[in-house]
Amino acid sequence: MRHFETDKPKGPAGNAIGRSFVHESAIKQVAGKAFYIDDKAEDVNSLHAYPVLSTISCGKILSIDTKPALAEAGVIAIYSAKDIPGKNDVSPVFTGDILLAEEVIEFHSQPILLVVAESYQSARIAARKVKIEYETSTPVLDIKEAIAKEHWVRPPHALHRGDAQQSIIDSAHQISGELTVGGQEHFYLEGQVSIASPTEDGGMFIETSSQHPSEVQHLVAKVLNQPFNYVTVEMRRMGGGFGGKETQAAPWACLAAIAAYYTGKKVKIRLARGDDFRSTGKRHPFYNTYQVGFDDDGLISGVDINVNGFCGYSADLSDAIVDRALFHADNAYYYPNAHINGNRCKTNTVSNTAFRGFGGPQGMIVAEQILDDIAYYLGKDPLDIRKLNLYKPGRDLTPYKQKIDQFILKDMIEQVEQESDYWSRMQAIKDFNKTSPIIKKGLSLTPVKFGISFTVQHLNQAGALLVIYSDGSVHVNHGGTEMGQGLNTKIAQIVAQALSIDMKHILVNATRTDKVPNTSPTAASSGTDLNGMAALNAANIIKERLIEFACEHFEVNKDTIQFVDNQLIHDKGKISFAELIQLAYINRISLSATGFYATPEIYYDREKAEGRPFFYYSHGIALSEVEIDLLTGENTLTRVDILHDVGNSINPALDIGQIEGAFIQGMGWLTTEDLRWNEKGELASNAPATYKIPAIGDTPAEFNVKLYDSQNPATTVFKSKAVGEPPFMLGISAWSAIRNAIASITDYKYAPSLNTPATAECILNAVQVAQQWQQKQQQKNQG
Amino acid sequence: MIQFLLNDEMIELKSFAPSLSVLDWLRTNMGKVGSKEGCASGDCGACTVVIGDLIDGQWHYKSINACLMLLGNLHGKHVITVEALSTTINPDVEDLHPVQRAMVECHGSQCGFCTPGFIMSLFVLYMNHTTYPGKEAVIQALGGNLCRCTGYQPILKAAEQCFSYENDPIKNIAHEDHRFTQQVKKLTESLQTSLAANQIPLIEHGEQHFYLPQSLTQLCQLKTAYPEAQFVAGATDLSVEFSQRLTYQDQLISVRYCQELMQFENDDTGLHIGAALPYSEFVERFCEVYPEAHELFERLGSLQVRNAGSLGGSIANASPIGDPAPLLIALNAAIEVQSTRGKRVLDLAEFFVDYRKTQLAEDEVIVAIHVPKRRPTLKLSCHKISKRIEDDISAVCLVLAYQYDDETIQKARCAMGGMAATPALAKNVAEALNGKTLTLENLQLAAEQIEVDFQPLSDVRASSEYRIQVSKNLFSRIWYQTQEAPQFKSANLHTSNAVQITNAAPIIHTRINHAAL
Repeated sequence: MRHFETDKPKGPAGNAIGRSFVHESAIKQVAGKAFYIDDKAEDVNSLHAYPVLSTISCGKILSIDTKPALAEAGVIAIYSAKDIPGKNDVSPVFTGDILLAEEVIEFHSQPILLVVAESYQSARIAARKVKIEYETSTPVLDIKEAIAKEHWVRPPHALHRGDAQQSIIDSAHQISGELTVGGQEHFYLEGQVSIASPTEDGGMFIETSSQHPSEVQHLVAKVLNQPFNYVTVEMRRMGGGFGGKETQAAPWACLAAIAAYYTGKKVKIRLARGDDFRSTGKRHPFYNTYQVGFDDDGLISGVDINVNGFCGYSADLSDAIVDRALFHADNAYYYPNAHINGNRCKTNTVSNTAFRGFGGPQGMIVAEQILDDIAYYLGKDPLDIRKLNLYKPGRDLTPYKQKIDQFILKDMIEQVEQESDYWSRMQAIKDFNKTSPIIKKGLSLTPVKFGISFTVQHLNQAGALLVIYSDGSVHVNHGGTEMGQGLNTKIAQIVAQALSIDMKHILVNATRTDKVPNTSPTAASSGTDLNGMAALNAANIIKERLIEFACEHFEVNKDTIQFVDNQLIHDKGKISFAELIQLAYINRISLSATGFYATPEIYYDREKAEGRPFFYYSHGIALSEVEIDLLTGENTLTRVDILHDVGNSINPALDIGQIEGAFIQGMGWLTTEDLRWNEKGELASNAPATYKIPAIGDTPAEFNVKLYDSQNPATTVFKSKAVGEPPFMLGISAWSAIRNAIASITDYKYAPSLNTPATAECILNAVQVAQQWQQKQQQKNQG
Repeated sequence: MIQFLLNDEMIELKSFAPSLSVLDWLRTNMGKVGSKEGCASGDCGACTVVIGDLIDGQWHYKSINACLMLLGNLHGKHVITVEALSTTINPDVEDLHPVQRAMVECHGSQCGFCTPGFIMSLFVLYMNHTTYPGKEAVIQALGGNLCRCTGYQPILKAAEQCFSYENDPIKNIAHEDHRFTQQVKKLTESLQTSLAANQIPLIEHGEQHFYLPQSLTQLCQLKTAYPEAQFVAGATDLSVEFSQRLTYQDQLISVRYCQELMQFENDDTGLHIGAALPYSEFVERFCEVYPEAHELFERLGSLQVRNAGSLGGSIANASPIGDPAPLLIALNAAIEVQSTRGKRVLDLAEFFVDYRKTQLAEDEVIVAIHVPKRRPTLKLSCHKISKRIEDDISAVCLVLAYQYDDETIQKARCAMGGMAATPALAKNVAEALNGKTLTLENLQLAAEQIEVDFQPLSDVRASSEYRIQVSKNLFSRIWYQTQEAPQFKSANLHTSNAVQITNAAPIIHTRINHAAL
C-alpha cells in the first residue's frame, strides 16, 4: 500500500508545498519524448570517440601500435596522453586520477588512448585493434594485503572518545567480529555519455550526463588549458546517477573535448555497458572489524571499530567516503567510549567512488552487526538491545562530538513496533521455524540516522537564477541536477509557493554553468536543501522588489500586501500576477535575481576529529521479514514496513518514490548484487547478465511505506529533510533479517557471520556453519 | 527487399548490414530515439518494442528486445515503438494511452530511461488482456525490464491502474476505432499482397547478405552453398556477439521464415517442437503435458527473450548453462537435423560434444526436437538455482525424470546444466536411483554421486563447492516436494490444472517455490 493519494495540480495556487505533483518530465518520459544525451540529433559531420582500455591491472606500457586501428574504415585520429593540451589529471579533490595512462597501468580497463572515428561502431572496433605490449606486475587486489602493507590512497583518520580498549576490558562481556561488505555497481540505466562541441570563441560546449556540471567545466578547462569561462556545460537530465556520475562523468567529457579540440567537430563519446562496468568506479567494498564491551542488559560501554575502504588505485572521493563511514559507524547508538579508525586502502582496481550513502552504509552496517551480535550473545531480542542503546538526552554525544538534538527514533520504532505487530510476528515466526524443516523465516527492525551536509564544508553552498519574463512566466535555473529524483519538480513547488502562483507558470529545466556558476555536485542528498533554499532566496528577492514597487505604485502600505492565488492583493484592490509583472516591467523593475544559500553552523576540525559536520540528521525505520531455504540458500523478502522521516515533505509522492527505490537498491546491494573480479583483476561481473540488480519480482509482496509526521527542527527549506540517501540504509534490515532466520537454526544463540552480498551461496555457507555450531552444542550438552 | 510496418508506416528496405539490430536502425536511421539502449545485450529491457506477427490475417503482438532482434527478421512484421502510443503534441495526462497515463499518475518514472521499455511491455500486456491479469502475470510481463530508481512498487501499481480507466477508444490504439488502427488495417492489406508476391526476400549489402528462405529445401540449399553462413532465429545470443564482442557475420540465414521449423505437434509419439519456434509459442502447450517444467520456462530469460529465442538456437549454441537442454535430455529427447544430404535423428544427450561444440555438421540445420510420449508413471522434477529469480542464468539447473512403478524408481535420467562444459547426464546419480524406493535416504545417497559425475568450475555465478552442495541438497528438496507441498502434489496430475492454481494466487507470498514445507 502506498500511503498517499495522487494529487492532481488543482486547488489554490500558493499551496504547492506538501502536494504530490508528478515529476516534471513524467509525461515526456512515458511518451519517449524526454531526451537524453544520446538521443540528440547528430550533425552531418559529428564524430565519435572511444577509449582504448588496458587489458592488464598493473604494469607498464612497453609499446603501442596504432596502425591496425588507423587502417580501420572511418577512423580519423588516435590521441594519447601526450596530446592533452593541459593537465592529464581529472581528480576531484586531490591528484592522481589520470585521464589517459602515460606509462604506468594501475587498473584493468584503464583508458590509454582515444580513437576518433566517423561512427560509433568504427571507433569501438578500431579501439580494440590497437596493439599494446605491457610489462605486467603483480597487482594488489586483496584488501588484507593492502592493509598489511599500509598501502593507502590517503592517510588513515580516526575518531576517539574515552579509552575504548579499557572500557571494553572493564565490561561484563566482550565480543568481536568482522564483516566483508561488497561493493556495488551503480547500473544507472543510461551509461556514461558526453558530447563536446567547439565554440566560435575557441572554447567548448559540453552536454553531459553528470551530477556535477561545474566540475566537468573546470576539468575540461584544465585538460584543454583554457580559462573556465571558455567552457560551458549543460545538463538537462540523467538516466540515473546514484553517485556514479558525480566524478565519473568528467573523464569522458574531457576526452570528448580533446577530440573536439583537435578535429574542430562535435564529438560524442558513449561507453558500451561492459566498458562502463569495467572502467568506472563503484561503491567501495569494505572490510570491517569490531570489538565491543557491554553489560548484562546489553548496554554498550565501549567499541573499537576499524573500517577499511577498498578505494582502488586513486583517491577520487575516497577520503570523504571513508570519513562518512566513520561518522556512521555509530548509526543511532550511543558509544560512551569509542575508537573508530578508517583506512583508505589502495588496490589495483578502478578507483571506487560515490554511491548513494557515500560510505555511510558500509559504516552503519557495523553498528547493526554489533547490536545483533550482542542480542544473540545474551539471548535477547535484537530490538530490545537496539532500543536500549539509542541516543537519548544525556547520552547524546557522537564519537565526533556533535551533540544530537532530535530524538525521534524511539517514537518511530514504537510506531512501527505497534502498527506492524513486531512482537506477535516475531513469536509467530519462532513458532513457524520450530516446525518448518527447510524454510526458516527471519524478522528484523533496523533504524537509520544519517547525517545531512557535505562533510567538506565549502560544498554546502548553492545558487539559483530566477527570471520572470514580462508575461509573468517564470524560468528557474539552479545548481542542482535532475537525475530522476524530482529535484526540478520540488524547486518549482518551492518557487510556486513563494510567489503564490500555479506550477504551470514555472519552468525549471537544464542546469547550465553559464547560468548558475561554481555549483556543488548534486550529491549527499543535498539537492533540495541547498538549491531549494537558493531558489527560495531568489524568489524572495524578486518578491521584495515587487512589494516595494506595489507600495509605491498603488500607494499602499507594505503590511497590507499579500501574494495569494496568482494575485497580489493590497488594501486598495488586487492585480493578477501576470499583470503585476507587466506593470513592473513597464516601470523598469528588475525581474531577475540570483539566489544564494550556504548551510550555517557546520564545521569539522580534522586535527581534533570533532565538530558539527552535519546540519541535522534524517531518520528512518525498516522492518523486514524474510524466508530462507536451508537447502539452497535462496531467499525472499516477503514483507517490509518502512516509516521514514523527511520532515515536512515538499512532495510526498516523490519522497516515497525515493524511499522505495532506495530501499530496493540497498536490498540489492546486500543480497544479489555480486561484484566479482578474476585473479588478474578484471571485473568478471561486467554486464547485467552476470551482475543482478533487483528485478520486479524482488519487490516484497507487501511493501508499506509511510512518512513520519514531523518537521525538521533545523531551518531547512519549508522544514523539509533530505531524502536521497538515508533510506538506502533501510536495506540493512533485510540483511539483518536473513541473519535472524539463520540464527533460528541455533535457537538464536549464535550470531551467524554473513558477509555481503548475502547471495544464496553465501547464505548456504552461513547456514552450514550455524548447523555445525548447533551440532557441537548438542554434543556438548549430551556430553 | 524486405517489407514491414513501423507504427503506421510501410517500410521497404533493400540494403543494410545483416548484423544491424532493430534498435540501432530505429535510433540511428529512423530518428526514433524513444527506445533506449541500456545494455545492448537483452538484459535490461529499455529497448523493448512491440512486434506483431501476422497469422491468418490477424496481428498477434508481443514484446521483444529491439537490441537483440535483427532488422532482417522484421520482414512481414508490425513493429510498434513508444512514439506511436500518444500522437498529441505536448499531451496532457488525459491524452496519453492508459498505460502511459497510469505510469504518470502512479509516479512510475523517475529518471525515465527505462520507462519507454516498461511502457511497451505494459502496452502489450494491456492489448492482450481486457482486465487486470493479476500480479503474477505482471511480474512475468515486466521481469525483463530493469528499473534502478523506483523499486518497482509504483510500476506494479500502474500495471493495475491502467486497466481501471473508462475505456476511451480515441485514446486507445489497441481499440479498433482508432485512426492508428484504421491506418494499420489498410497497410496490412497491402503488406499481405506484397508479401505474397515477394517470394524470396533477401538483403544484399555489398558482400554481405541476409537470407530469408521460405522453405526447408531453400534453407538447406543456402547452407550448402554458404557453409560459413550463420543461422539466426531470435538472435538472443548472436546479437550479443555483435554488440559486445564486435564480431560480425557477413552471411546470415534467418530460419524464422521456414514453416517446417515453426511447427508444434502433440501426437501419439510425443511432442514435436519446431527448432525455430519461439519459446512463448510452445511453452503453454508443452506444459500441458509437463506442468512440472513451467517454472523452468517461466524463468528462462525474460518474456522478451522467450518471445524471440528458440530451442534450436539454444541447442545449436550448446551453452553449458542453457536451461532447456537439461530438461530435454532428462526427457530423452531427440533432435532432427537436415541438410541437402538428408535427415538425421540424434540423441540430444549425445549431441553436445564439448564446450560449445555439437555433432551438427557444417551444412546441417536443426529442424525439430522430439520428446517421447509421456508415460503415466513418469515423474519429473525441475530445479533452477540462480542469483535472481527473474531473468537470470542458472548457476545450476537440475532436471530429474524417472518412472515410478511398483513403488520404485526406474529409468532415472538426471540431467544438469552449469556443472560441466556441456549440459550432461548425471549417469552415476541415475544408476544409484534405479530400483530404489523413493525415500529421503535413497535420494541423498544417490546425490553423493554428483561429485562422481561432475567436477564443476567456479565462476562469476557460483563456486564449484556451492554447485556441488546445492545439487546434492536439491535431491532432498525433491523428496520434500513429494511429501507435503500441495501444489506439487497436484503438479503430478498430468494436467495443466496445477499450473493454473499457482498462477491464480493473487499475491505471491513467497518466491521460494516450495515454501509450504
